[in-house]
Amino acid sequence: MLKSKALAVFSYLSVALIVGLLGFILFDITSRGLAGISWNFLTAEPLSSGRAGGIGPILLSTSYILGIAMLVSLPIGIATALWLTEFTKAGSPYAEVVRKSLDILAGVPSIVFGLFGNAFFCVYLGMGFSILSGGLTLACMVLPILIRVTEEAFRSVPIELRQGTAALGMSKTSSVLFILIPMAFPGLLAGILLGFGRAIAETAALIFTSGYVDRWPESALDSGRSLSVHIYDLAMNVPGGDANAYAASLSLVMILLIVGGCSSLLAGLHLKRKGFQYD
Amino acid sequence: MKAKASFLLRTDFYTENFLRLAASCSGLIVLLILFFLLNELQGFSNFTHIFTDIRWNPTEGHFNMLPMLAGTLASTLGAIIIAIPFGLFSAVFLRLFAHPAVASVYRRALEILAGIPSVVYGFWGLTTLVPLVNGFAPPGAGLFTAIIILAIMIVPTAALMMDAAFRSVPDSELNPIHSLGFGPWAAFRLVLLPKSLPSLITASLLATGRALGETMAVLMVAGNIVQVPNSLFDPIRTMTANIALELGYAEAEHRAALFACGFILLILVLALVLLSAFCERRFRVEI
Repeated sequence: MLKSKALAVFSYLSVALIVGLLGFILFDITSRGLAGISWNFLTAEPLSSGRAGGIGPILLSTSYILGIAMLVSLPIGIATALWLTEFTKAGSPYAEVVRKSLDILAGVPSIVFGLFGNAFFCVYLGMGFSILSGGLTLACMVLPILIRVTEEAFRSVPIELRQGTAALGMSKTSSVLFILIPMAFPGLLAGILLGFGRAIAETAALIFTSGYVDRWPESALDSGRSLSVHIYDLAMNVPGGDANAYAASLSLVMILLIVGGCSSLLAGLHLKRKGFQYD
Repeated sequence: MKAKASFLLRTDFYTENFLRLAASCSGLIVLLILFFLLNELQGFSNFTHIFTDIRWNPTEGHFNMLPMLAGTLASTLGAIIIAIPFGLFSAVFLRLFAHPAVASVYRRALEILAGIPSVVYGFWGLTTLVPLVNGFAPPGAGLFTAIIILAIMIVPTAALMMDAAFRSVPDSELNPIHSLGFGPWAAFRLVLLPKSLPSLITASLLATGRALGETMAVLMVAGNIVQVPNSLFDPIRTMTANIALELGYAEAEHRAALFACGFILLILVLALVLLSAFCERRFRVEI
């Protein structure tokens, strides 16, 4: 009885502490960052290393980097997930190798991705510090999480549908294209948004691949500073940059919260519109 | 051979091969990472540098990495010691005490915490935690602050993974305990813990890997002085922070030494991944 009481007390205490901490962090960032956010802040160029001005070019660079990362990782990720769920049997050695590789990739620290991206994309392939190098490095990084979630989405499609298509004599290819992908769409979307969230939060892999330059990017081969790198730079290297660092942090957290909210909302809407009901 | 014979249509043959090609990319990326880390390592003249040099002073050719290794291990260990109990109690709360509606709200909160970028945690630590710690143990930025920030960062991940482990234990296993009139402690000790021990260990190992590889947050609050910490409040520099601080201007052997740092990190994390896979298999058989 006493032990049960103690368990309850510790459980409630740790939950209270964690929720309190989340509230504290969000409140702190909001209250100190909100004043700095305006339309001008979101669109203007940074002035005097970011102490004044806005984050316009940085938001543009960030969206280029993310665009490249998603454009490259999505087709590869969805194809890999499809292959793993629909075209391999449990315990197939080739699939095991792919799964092991994904486990390893998921564990690689982001700074090591930064080292790799710098050595491979920037130096070996001669892309230099550029948006392209950063985007490709991020693509490698989000691949495992993207595949894990999309695989889950394909697995949640009931087996009866596959049997049905097979019984109708449909090719596996059309079954995948016209039944599986539409049915798994909400899950796919959740996976895409999760990968997107992971990518936009990343800093360490980008410092030495996409670089520091805070001007308007003109092409994918220009160096471009991502929002996360901008926060790091303002906080560590620019005395007096705290106010704008708070505003930039709040923008980043807001983007993440909106993306997270959208993913659950869209997934629900899609299910309702299509009239699909499955567990 | 068997697989090929089972194809009804030529299109399916092409589809499968195309998909297999895409799936090979993941393996290829792992190989590329290994190859390019090792390739850059070649510029490093002698690996004994890491242990025997007098200090870390790359411009003069001294590459002793032990202080950084100590910093990484100390901050990771501290963070794990704090984060695992909090993660476990959170998971127990979700499985045994929380109303389903409350549980789903709390899960959402954990997901939000897990999604906050590390650079934001670092910045928050720098402006809020460091002055706070400075109040009772100057200079504020050091091992202790790094441990707290790391613990905050890995608690949600650990809690969510442990929650998933507890949720996979079906109600039918808990009901007998409840109907015999035992309390939550018995449910935890007699059912949840033994049933999900392998997953709990995996969750802890993966959380350790995250703490080990974390860069930005630690970089911003740890003080970054290269020294073996003598007290809990000494400034430290971790392996990851070292790479992030110096890669920008490193050349020749210095650059190679930073890749050596990265390689050591990669080996540590790989060991954890393999260990967790091993635990998973080993304990599954015993239960």
